[in-house]
Amino acid sequence: MNSLSISVTAAPNTKEMSARRVIGAYLAEARSECLRYMRAPAFMLPIMLFPTMFYLLFGLVMNGSAGAETLRYLLVSYGVFGVISPGLFGFGVSLALERDGGLLTYKRALPMPPGAYLLGKMLMAMVAAAVVVLMLLAIGLALAHVTLSWPQAALLLLAGILGVLPFCALGMLVGTFIKGQGAPGTLNMVYLPMSFLSGLWVPIGMLPKVLQQIAPIWPSYHLHQLGLAALGMTHGNVMQHVAALAGFTAASFFIAARRLRRYG
Amino acid sequence: MHTSSDAVARLAGVAKRYGSVTALDGVDLVLQRGELLAVLGPNGAGKSTSIGLLLGLIRPDGGRAELFGMDPQQIDARRRIGVMLQSAMLPPTLRVGELLRLVASYYPHPRPLEQSAALAGIDDLLNRPYGKLSGGQQRRVQFALALCGRPELVFLDEPTVGMDIDARRRLWNAMRNLVAEGCSVVLTTHYLEEAEALAQRVVVMAKGRVLSEGSVDALRAQVPVARIRCATDLDAQAVSAWPLVNAAQREGDRLLVHTSEPENVLRRLLEADSSLSALEVQRAGLAEAFTELTREEDQQQEAA
Repeated sequence: MNSLSISVTAAPNTKEMSARRVIGAYLAEARSECLRYMRAPAFMLPIMLFPTMFYLLFGLVMNGSAGAETLRYLLVSYGVFGVISPGLFGFGVSLALERDGGLLTYKRALPMPPGAYLLGKMLMAMVAAAVVVLMLLAIGLALAHVTLSWPQAALLLLAGILGVLPFCALGMLVGTFIKGQGAPGTLNMVYLPMSFLSGLWVPIGMLPKVLQQIAPIWPSYHLHQLGLAALGMTHGNVMQHVAALAGFTAASFFIAARRLRRYG
Repeated sequence: MHTSSDAVARLAGVAKRYGSVTALDGVDLVLQRGELLAVLGPNGAGKSTSIGLLLGLIRPDGGRAELFGMDPQQIDARRRIGVMLQSAMLPPTLRVGELLRLVASYYPHPRPLEQSAALAGIDDLLNRPYGKLSGGQQRRVQFALALCGRPELVFLDEPTVGMDIDARRRLWNAMRNLVAEGCSVVLTTHYLEEAEALAQRVVVMAKGRVLSEGSVDALRAQVPVARIRCATDLDAQAVSAWPLVNAAQREGDRLLVHTSEPENVLRRLLEADSSLSALEVQRAGLAEAFTELTREEDQQQEAA
């Protein structure tokens, strides 16, 4: 190391950052976020295993005789259940840990282009959500013999990939309130009750009347309805659910971003 | 402004409060191009707050913080700096080479990856996951990340904590190379010998204020203490009562005398004990000067 000489002349004079390099920085950030989580089994395994195991167990093994309609319905329910977690945990846990461990401070000191950090995490959550939905679709088609048209499967996949965004925003919001190791526990306190109350475990019609009435306050309820619509199982007002999810995402993101700017 | 043309970073009359605690109380600090400035001070002195202000991580309550004449929160200012923070847990599953590529991607004209790795002495670590490295290796990787963007100014917050002596010396060499290249460096440290070995200028902070600023020699001269060590039977308490003696104490069979006028005290010592032997006289190191400075500050505070 001592013998190494540094060439001063190699430094170009311009201090401008070319647009190509700025885009490259966004891509590098997204690539790193995906890589680091794909390599972390403690993060990926629960996200992949829980929805698929539940579908196999409660769908195929215990309800095997219930018929095709039930299995189609459960495909959507567990799909939504599986899509929530990469958003909620991908954002919430990592933000809570990285605020605590100083990584966020470090990133803010570096000339990382604005938003690259959050965009990278968002992309990671979308990829993970896509993988979960594809795994469930594979089980549904191959083992449960659910009948689906290609457009229906594609719509469900699209709902999953875009539907992860409200939960990214929610995870981000929760992540600005908690710090460090307590994050997974806190997020499960959001994840599990919300899943139950929006009818992902027990069909919404079987829940008590009062819970049915408040179900529309949960974003997962709206995503569930969109998923059912994608498979042609409901014919409600799709735009109304999309609007509810978009509004929820914007509000959560706005509050979370404000808190991040203020408190770091 | 003409006078600030060569200043790469500046704090001007900066105040920062956290609730009722005053972290910085009117701090002025200027860093010239190509200079290595060491910021010394005990915990809670305001070193990290000063760095945080210059990086744009926090905003001053009063005064101004500038990087290259710009607001530090402007990304164009930060594209010209490199950073090594005290506590940054980097993603453990990413490999060292991937981390280097990522951070380099933020800069307009980064160094080639091999060059950054060679400068920090981590060529052999590029394929290792960051989480599998030892503490010292992780610090070297963080140093590589600080210089990979070919910055004009590097902030190093306690860079050699947790390193063995060999690794520390190698990092010192790497820092000297950076300065030789024309890069300015701000270094905060607990290790006085680090400041002594590297810094052209030293700023001593305590309780949110700059106590002293100047070259290492000037800082030493400010507290002109010398240490006399010798083997003698003289009573330490009696010697400490002599004029011009600041303090005297016994260390085994040796007597240790602190004085600002070693010549006069020596003459009297030799007169008092003709069998005196094993004589050593030493100028104060930065350590003594530093303790002296911060102690004076404490006494003033108590008197006030």
